[in-house]
Amino acid sequence: MPGRLSRKIVEDLVANRIGFVTTVPCKHLAGLIDGLEASDEIRHVPSTKEDEGMGLCAGAYMGGTRAAIVMQNTALGVTVNALATLIQFYQIPLPMLISYRGEVGEPVACQVEMALHTKPLLQQLGIPSYHFHAPAQVEALDGILKHTQMCKKPTAILMDAGFWGGDT
Amino acid sequence: MIRSEVLETLVPVIDGQLVVCNIGLPSQELYGIHDQPSNFYMLGTMGLAASIGLGVALAQAKPVIAIEGDGAVLSSLGTLATMANNPAENFVLLIIDNGSYGSTGDQPTYAAGKTSLAAVARACGCERVVECTAKDTAGVLREALASGRMTVIVATCDPGNIPVAVIETSPVIIRERFMAAAAAGKAD
Repeated sequence: MPGRLSRKIVEDLVANRIGFVTTVPCKHLAGLIDGLEASDEIRHVPSTKEDEGMGLCAGAYMGGTRAAIVMQNTALGVTVNALATLIQFYQIPLPMLISYRGEVGEPVACQVEMALHTKPLLQQLGIPSYHFHAPAQVEALDGILKHTQMCKKPTAILMDAGFWGGDT
Repeated sequence: MIRSEVLETLVPVIDGQLVVCNIGLPSQELYGIHDQPSNFYMLGTMGLAASIGLGVALAQAKPVIAIEGDGAVLSSLGTLATMANNPAENFVLLIIDNGSYGSTGDQPTYAAGKTSLAAVARACGCERVVECTAKDTAGVLREALASGRMTVIVATCDPGNIPVAVIETSPVIIRERFMAAAAAGKAD
């Protein structure tokens, strides 16, 4: 069941006319994915892999529907080429709603390894990035979504365990 | 027949259609043979023509043809499952299967070995999968567009390339003219 943060995220996506969302799951994203699946305004298409998801989003955008991807930070590595040579090269707006695993509160040690690389990779790629640690930061999402469409870039919204703890 | 000869036979069928074309020589050949605003050329990511094409097809009503190679499809087999489970009836995935990585020197792919991409597509749940020879490809594509059903075509041809120029058109121009073609007549 989507919690209040997941519901707010879906509301903001809809308010920003994002009609196509692709997802690859993470345990923190379960409520958000339920909310997307339940939305009448959003076409939810699960991806088998995140770079495929970026292809789907690029296509949906070129077909006239704004798109977003929901994924886990551990997959950032497999998307580097798609981000650089598709999303950035063709100037396609793409909000990436990313479950930021491996931060404080993480029970799985291995997740920390990719967490260490997450922000450096995003910085190296020149991707505007935002870190939501506290539930109240969800209020910034609407502005970030507008900013993404304005600049026609991928943007990363990193949402960690502290943030998702408020999704009740 | 080699891939460029297959592409030449497709011209009357793809003329005016939304086409998403695989990276490398296939896009460069298509650009040389029949450049049109409704062609989207992949310039930098292998294996995403199918997912881009599916995205376009799900987002709007016009027919969409994605032209992939066997090597590119092998790199993104999961997309066949995504297609099967989210079918767009206006979508045709045309796999031109020459059994080789043509853009990099015709190294053989596993599609030239034990792997049947048509069988993989069927196993993923794609319901309309048509295998054909190179010379029948244009007719099979025409039928697929007329069928009103999502279709995967596996067209086998010989490996081999022709000398072609690099695509100089700006990626943003490629995207914008494709989007304009996709949106054209929408208000009608």
